Amino acid sequence: MREITYVKAFTESLMQLMAEDDNVVVIGEDVAHYGGVFHAFEGLLKTYGEKRVIDTPISEMGFIGMGVGAAARGLRPVCDLMFFDFIGVALDQLYNQAAKLKFMFGGDVSVPLTLTTAGGAGLSAGPQHSQSLEAWLAHVPGLKVALPSSPHDVKGLMVASVRDDNPTVVVLNKRMLGTKGPVPEEIYAIPLGQAATVRTGRDATVIAVGRMVPEAVTAAEELAKDGIEVEVIDLRTVQPLDSAAILESIRRTNRGLVVHEAVTFGGIGAEIAAQIQEEAFDYLDAPVLRLGAPFAPVPFSPVLERAYIPDSSRIAAGVRRLLERTGG
Amino acid sequence: MTESAEQDPMSALPPEVIRDLHRRMVRIRLFEETAGKLMEAGKMPGFLHLYVGQEAVAAGVMATLRADDVITSTHRGHGHAVAKGADLRYMYAELFGKQTGYCKGRGGSMHINDLSIGMLGANGIVGGGIPHAVGAALAAVYKGQDSVAVPFFGDGATNIGAFHESANLAAVMQLPVVFVCENNGYAEFTPQDRHMLLKDVADRAAAYGMPADIVDGMDAVAVYLAAQRLVERARAGEGPSLLEAKTYRFYDHQGVKGLRIPYRTQEEIDTWKQRDAITSLEQRMTTVGVAAPPELEKVWSETGEEIAAAIRFAEESPDPDPAHLLDNVYTV
Repeated sequence: MREITYVKAFTESLMQLMAEDDNVVVIGEDVAHYGGVFHAFEGLLKTYGEKRVIDTPISEMGFIGMGVGAAARGLRPVCDLMFFDFIGVALDQLYNQAAKLKFMFGGDVSVPLTLTTAGGAGLSAGPQHSQSLEAWLAHVPGLKVALPSSPHDVKGLMVASVRDDNPTVVVLNKRMLGTKGPVPEEIYAIPLGQAATVRTGRDATVIAVGRMVPEAVTAAEELAKDGIEVEVIDLRTVQPLDSAAILESIRRTNRGLVVHEAVTFGGIGAEIAAQIQEEAFDYLDAPVLRLGAPFAPVPFSPVLERAYIPDSSRIAAGVRRLLERTGG
Repeated sequence: MTESAEQDPMSALPPEVIRDLHRRMVRIRLFEETAGKLMEAGKMPGFLHLYVGQEAVAAGVMATLRADDVITSTHRGHGHAVAKGADLRYMYAELFGKQTGYCKGRGGSMHINDLSIGMLGANGIVGGGIPHAVGAALAAVYKGQDSVAVPFFGDGATNIGAFHESANLAAVMQLPVVFVCENNGYAEFTPQDRHMLLKDVADRAAAYGMPADIVDGMDAVAVYLAAQRLVERARAGEGPSLLEAKTYRFYDHQGVKGLRIPYRTQEEIDTWKQRDAITSLEQRMTTVGVAAPPELEKVWSETGEEIAAAIRFAEESPDPDPAHLLDNVYTV
């Protein structure tokens, strides 16, 4: 299969979604004439014109709110929030409006809005351009949140999100934009709420999200050299959360480690650990471990940032800690 | 006080338009006064932000709109829903938290909506609905429709970012939006001169390159004429505008009873109440000869019957079933 980059897979998904449905419009800062600051929207303006690819003022609350209203009136807007960190200035339109209109209006209004954004650390972008805030959004009933971990998943999760009739946030990982991988040319959807088992194993389960998925795979390959077989689950979406896939794996491996870039405290790992102890306590041979960022803003210095983000060696060390415990 | 028949701009309007304005205002007034009594009697849960006093604004603007024109509203939104043609039965049912309510008991007073009449919802967040109206206008233009969008909001909401971002977006995109500010002089309990330096909210329109108009919000005919001009302008593709209606809230920010701290003088309240939009319109209608007192009285009595029936409907309606608590969290 041909290989394309993570960001090209994103662009291709929009090209095909806009061809598929006339109601898909792209709205955001510098998405039309400039093609997006990460080149993620390049070529859309030329193909679909200014009517469907709309540059906006720097007004995230305004244009995401405009997307909510347009979605309620039959369009299928894709609004782009350049950096995930900017969500704060627009949050009301996401969590109080987009997420709640369906419910609080008695079911009469759907909001098929997709919010695309770029999160994650590792580029020395500093404390306000590097965050992983998915747990905030996963906490809000009414929203769906996807974090693609490969070019293949970027396209499939984008297609599913834009076709979905609910407000969905797709968080691209900035450091993966240039990552290449196999991507089918035809349009395809990856169901939201369906985790992927990217590697099977019997000794422990690593549950990962976003860029931590390839890091977990690298860790698993290292551990395999020592005869430790690690199962790696890619959550793909943190809302809905594929609890069934997590629990099924834990019941086989009896050990679990959750890894994400977001700070450990209150992260999605806390929810997963809680679900495992509620539903699969008797299967556990060790406490569920969480591996995330320390409780500090993302630092700028490359040295500090490397110390901040979990990586394959720390994941491997975490798995070894899990295995030190023997089953009772 | 009352202008003579020849001078009154009302004379230029067809009598059915005047009677329509009057009926819309009476329906709002009686809906709200009755809701207030029900709340005082402890029959309704939740908050109640009464629209009484501001009826001329909703009636005047809504009479210029079509069913496919979209409005968004505020926490003080009953008047807009009633004036846009909402069914009073489903409104009361929602206020009672019943399954038959507009929001199936999930939204309450602050979230009445009915897309079939272009009512894209009241909103509990100040300014929250304004961008939705801009989006509705975008959708209309995109689909080649000539409908317009009208967000309603108060003077207080013009201090929040959602207003400014929406105004700028609508202007730069030249969308068919008529921003309607109901300036009732108070942001909750804070008077206008303590929450902005401007005397006129309308001055804010210039910052976005859009025209504005100021109108007496206690005069339904004046509101109607001003709104008609701006709505026609938007419908013709000439872009957004701002209409500021100076009006007054007869009740408190929330509820019906007085507050522990008097933040308005009795003199101020009495002065505005003397300019009651319904009473003054009725005087003018009688003077000009649009309607005789018995006809006006009939509007009140018919509306009263409609409201009594709507309340019976609400009271007899079933509560929502907790087994369906998760319905409509997502579209499935």
